[in-house]
Amino acid sequence: MSDTPLVRARGLVKRFGSGDAESTVLHGIDVDLYRGELVALQGPSGSGKSTLLSILGTLMRPSEGTHMMMDADLAEADDGELTRFRNQNIGFVFQFHHLLPDLTAEENVMMPAAASAGRETAAMRTRAAALLDAVGLSDRRHYRPGAMSGGQRQRVAVARALINAPALVLADEPTGNLDRESADNVMDLLGRFNLETGTCFLISTHDVKIADRCSRQVGLLDGRVVEGKG
Amino acid sequence: MRYAVKIAFRHFLSSPAQTALLISGVALGVTVFIFMSALIGGLAQLLTLRTVGSIPHVTLEMRERSPGLINPVTGAQLAVQKDLSRRQQIAVWQPFIAQMESASGVIAVSPQIRGSAFLIRGQAIAPVGVFGVLPDKLSAIADISSAMVAGSATLPSDGILIGWKLADDLGLHVGQAIQVRSDRQRERSFRISGIFSLGIASADRQAIYMNFTTARALFDLPSGISRIELKVSSVGQAPRLAEMLGRATGLKVTSWTDENAQLFEALDAQSRTGTIIKVFALLTIMIGIASAMLLSVMRRRNEIGIMRAAGVGRLFIVQVFVLEGTLIGATGSIAGALLAWAALAPFPPIAQVKSGGLPIDVGQGGILIAIVLTTLAAAIASILPARRAARVDPVEAIGQ
Repeated sequence: MSDTPLVRARGLVKRFGSGDAESTVLHGIDVDLYRGELVALQGPSGSGKSTLLSILGTLMRPSEGTHMMMDADLAEADDGELTRFRNQNIGFVFQFHHLLPDLTAEENVMMPAAASAGRETAAMRTRAAALLDAVGLSDRRHYRPGAMSGGQRQRVAVARALINAPALVLADEPTGNLDRESADNVMDLLGRFNLETGTCFLISTHDVKIADRCSRQVGLLDGRVVEGKG
Repeated sequence: MRYAVKIAFRHFLSSPAQTALLISGVALGVTVFIFMSALIGGLAQLLTLRTVGSIPHVTLEMRERSPGLINPVTGAQLAVQKDLSRRQQIAVWQPFIAQMESASGVIAVSPQIRGSAFLIRGQAIAPVGVFGVLPDKLSAIADISSAMVAGSATLPSDGILIGWKLADDLGLHVGQAIQVRSDRQRERSFRISGIFSLGIASADRQAIYMNFTTARALFDLPSGISRIELKVSSVGQAPRLAEMLGRATGLKVTSWTDENAQLFEALDAQSRTGTIIKVFALLTIMIGIASAMLLSVMRRRNEIGIMRAAGVGRLFIVQVFVLEGTLIGATGSIAGALLAWAALAPFPPIAQVKSGGLPIDVGQGGILIAIVLTTLAAAIASILPARRAARVDPVEAIGQ
């Protein structure tokens, strides 16, 4: 593991609303993430896990604090720069698969790459096929999400998160909507990709079993880091 | 852009029933647009055709000459009386006829003796306008031959043709003898050779046609003529031809358009009304598409959110939704154009429209314009929903 963190966030504060209605969700979070790490982000509902993931994923700007990733100062970047950075360097897996219903599994996997390039290429198709093969869905390439099970859809979502070979994958309760077997399958996949590609995974979860499979755990309570393990 | 087209096309095909309904709405608007264009264009053509069918397109007469005046002494009042004893006439007219007959676009030239007269039958007297025409030019301006309802379209020296209303008013019939007294107080008797019905009330009640030579004697015009009337192949070119002939002959030249200003005002008002209806049809289409696209954006908020989270730019999102709206507009307009064409094709050409029939001219339906305008309007209508889509906050839209 490199000494230089892939992500370095310092003093992240996030406030919502203003005046009397203002509420602070994150209270000065410091977090470092390294290449090749598989990190669990734990905490009860309302502890700020999703908000922290959104900030680290550049979907949301912090009210205060610094956010660096791969030497880029993301707190200072404009929307267009953040969009391009996110497309190339960050993948997302959500609790619900959020696949596009009008596209096939293969087209869904290719979507982030194709949309930024403006077209689908043979190289993208090859990589999408390889990823679908890796998640065990090579025979479902041309199926639409409506024709697949919940576990299969989530595996397609994992493949989609990896299409641009991102340095960081943020997974917000990726197994929260799956049965035990499907959840284990998805975690196996995340673990395998983490080992094979060196991609850093930050996984938000309530599930202790899932957290135990990670190399490091970060705990959040009321918007503050409270514990860390590993 | 290619990928945006693909996604837009998938959106377009994703809800067939909803898309079909949208396309039907657009198609209906386009059908109204084309129908109104074809009807208003056809009506204008029919009115023009009916109006100019029996009248000269260009008329040449002698200019009225004002007497030369000596400058009056300051303070004196000067009254000029028009000399009515001399009939206005074109004294030298034969060279003009040859010149006009060879002019481009001229299809008929008719020298005429014109004057006012009374038709007398016993105690009954009716004022009439006399058309003294060359027998072979009888139908050169108004198609008298085709309008005959009794007798024959011939003009012997002692025969006249009268309108059916005049015949009805005076109880006249073919072969009957009547007297004609001109405004020169010359009177002679004629036989009624035929009765016509032009469908123009003034002509059917007040016009009588007689032989050119006979009219000369009746109106004291031994060598000159009253006027020359022309018909042209394209009525729209009449004003330009009139201007040209005016310069070439020095005569007073009048185009049919000069004397039918009211018709043009009516056609113009009709055209403006049609434009307003077409604009409203387009606006309805635009509002319909904008509403549908806004609904589509709402329905696809989650998908937009996930695309934005995956690093898809705002411009791409705008492209997808504008293309989707454009696809709906293009498909709907083509469907509407086909529908309109199928509905309008059975209508007869304007020249064959019967009384009470709809004067539809498919050629003036503006089918291509309707397709282009509707597609463009659809694209414009989609911009606002597309911009709204691009502003979707991925965190809110995904809403775990």
